[in-house]
Amino acid sequence: MDLEALPGAVAVVVVAVATLAIGTWGLRFSRTTSDFFVASRTVNPRLNASAIGGEYLSAASFLGIAGLVLTFGADMLWYPVGWTAGYLVLLVLVAAPLRRSGAYTLPDFAEARLGSRGVRHLCSVVVVAIGWLYLVPQFEGAGITLAAAIDAPRWVGPLVVGAVVLVNVSSGGMRSITFVQAFQYWLKLTALLVPVAVLLVIWAGDGAPRPVTPQDWSMPLLGDGAQGLYSTYSLILATFLGTMGLPHVVVRFYTNPDGRAARRTTLVVLALLGIFYVLPPLFAMLGRAYGAADADTLVLELPRLMTDGVLGDVLTGLVTAGAFAAFLSTSSGLAIAVSGVLTQDVTVRRLPDVTAFRVAAVIAVTVPLAASLALPDFGVARAVGLAFAVAASTFCPLLVLGIWWRGLTAAGAIAGLLVGGAGSVGAVAWTLADDASSGWFDVLLGQPAAWSVPVAVTAMVVVSRLTARTVPAHARRFMVRLHTPEALELDR
Amino acid sequence: MSERTPERVRVTGPDRRARPRPRTGDIDEETPLGRIYLASLLRDQLWLAARILAVLGITIGSIPLLAFVAPGVVDVHVAGVPVIWLVLGVAVYPWLVLLGWRYVRAAERNEDAFVDLVSELER
Repeated sequence: MDLEALPGAVAVVVVAVATLAIGTWGLRFSRTTSDFFVASRTVNPRLNASAIGGEYLSAASFLGIAGLVLTFGADMLWYPVGWTAGYLVLLVLVAAPLRRSGAYTLPDFAEARLGSRGVRHLCSVVVVAIGWLYLVPQFEGAGITLAAAIDAPRWVGPLVVGAVVLVNVSSGGMRSITFVQAFQYWLKLTALLVPVAVLLVIWAGDGAPRPVTPQDWSMPLLGDGAQGLYSTYSLILATFLGTMGLPHVVVRFYTNPDGRAARRTTLVVLALLGIFYVLPPLFAMLGRAYGAADADTLVLELPRLMTDGVLGDVLTGLVTAGAFAAFLSTSSGLAIAVSGVLTQDVTVRRLPDVTAFRVAAVIAVTVPLAASLALPDFGVARAVGLAFAVAASTFCPLLVLGIWWRGLTAAGAIAGLLVGGAGSVGAVAWTLADDASSGWFDVLLGQPAAWSVPVAVTAMVVVSRLTARTVPAHARRFMVRLHTPEALELDR
Repeated sequence: MSERTPERVRVTGPDRRARPRPRTGDIDEETPLGRIYLASLLRDQLWLAARILAVLGITIGSIPLLAFVAPGVVDVHVAGVPVIWLVLGVAVYPWLVLLGWRYVRAAERNEDAFVDLVSELER
């Protein structure tokens, strides 16, 4: 290994060791099944918010945004804006009721609300599908990063990330992962904030060269004309509404002590994400000023492009550490969510509780790991974007209607999940298979949310109306539980 | 043997010492009154959520339409920086936090009002 690769290698080893150490320390507090799934619901808002931020800021946020903005300009700012605004939508529509529902996972919520095993199983399938669709690009991103940072072959990154996640998740469950995730938010913030501050000083010292930008770099529309307008609004819908349907986001809300804590946690998350997302566009701006070429690894390579010697090495080590933390934390969160669902629906019937969770964790990690090794060119940013579209078209209508409309029935929910899921997954498959994007047909399938979300909502409402006699008898009681503050002594 | 002592019967009026019961009973028993209480809470909270989302849609959601209809407005520069970058790159985040903060305060106020209402004692 040459000296170039040393800072990156050190960074990866330090992050991996720190992650395992904190996970093991957290293990001392993990004793019961409840610890494994929801950290026994005792996580305070600030710690929980750091953990949510740590889990949410994936490779797409840490590396992807800077590269996309470098190449395509202002229209790409909609990604971080949408990923943050998604938490505001989640806050006002679902945060407190979701916590008060008292369910462990999304399928639990669906079953408790609608009293139907069928809805439960369908939700479990969708959770696993979204989770795996989101995990594959994380593993692939890890391969690209380690290849760029330490010249490792592409399969090394997925294996290292997969192994660390598996050890952490299966040994400590939710309780220990909460500490790990919280640590990783602050690590990621530091790993962007310090380099960008130093690089801005260097930029000022160089006489503040102006970014060299193409003509329409500062236009906030994806593409030209009406198609650009459609794509932009569809992306906004997918990200604003998709956040609440991501399995690793939702599972975090069950760890809050009560509904009010869930709201306050979400508010802190909004602030933490806002602080973070100001930074990646600055990397893009500096990259433009210094003629950076490679978008995928812009964040990793910019420090050495602007300064050499020890300072360049230290900053490179820092951004590599942040990128590696991004893969670890998002993959861990997704692995926890998928394992939780697999445990309850598959393995717990055959095995004792904690063993069942560990077996489920192995399944949850190895399947997408194998997929990422088998399909090395799945497309990182695209797959993450499409996972949001699928979440927005399935779980968003289910959660919003389930929480605010007593008339939702099991049949209606199944119809909406099938229609929204089939529409968005079909569009995803078409887009991944067919690369040429021209004409309205490809544009509509490339960003499906603007039609698939309304279609799913319509299906849920219409079928629920038609089956109005099957509204569950306990629906009103469930509304009491979802919306009344815990301070009231009610029969829940 | 025919004259049996009648069983002793205690004659009582309504218990005046009984505590008035709180209205949470109406919710638990799903009386029409309880349903009205719950419906009013739900309406208040949903109306609040709709207002916040409307503000979000009008402020941030109108930017693409503005860029489409009047590209010149989006291309304004201040001190060499395109304004749209300051808006989408920086200003939206404190704005989102402010909206969230207003929501949390108002939602907790709605809940407090509901708690006060149903904890009041029936006369």
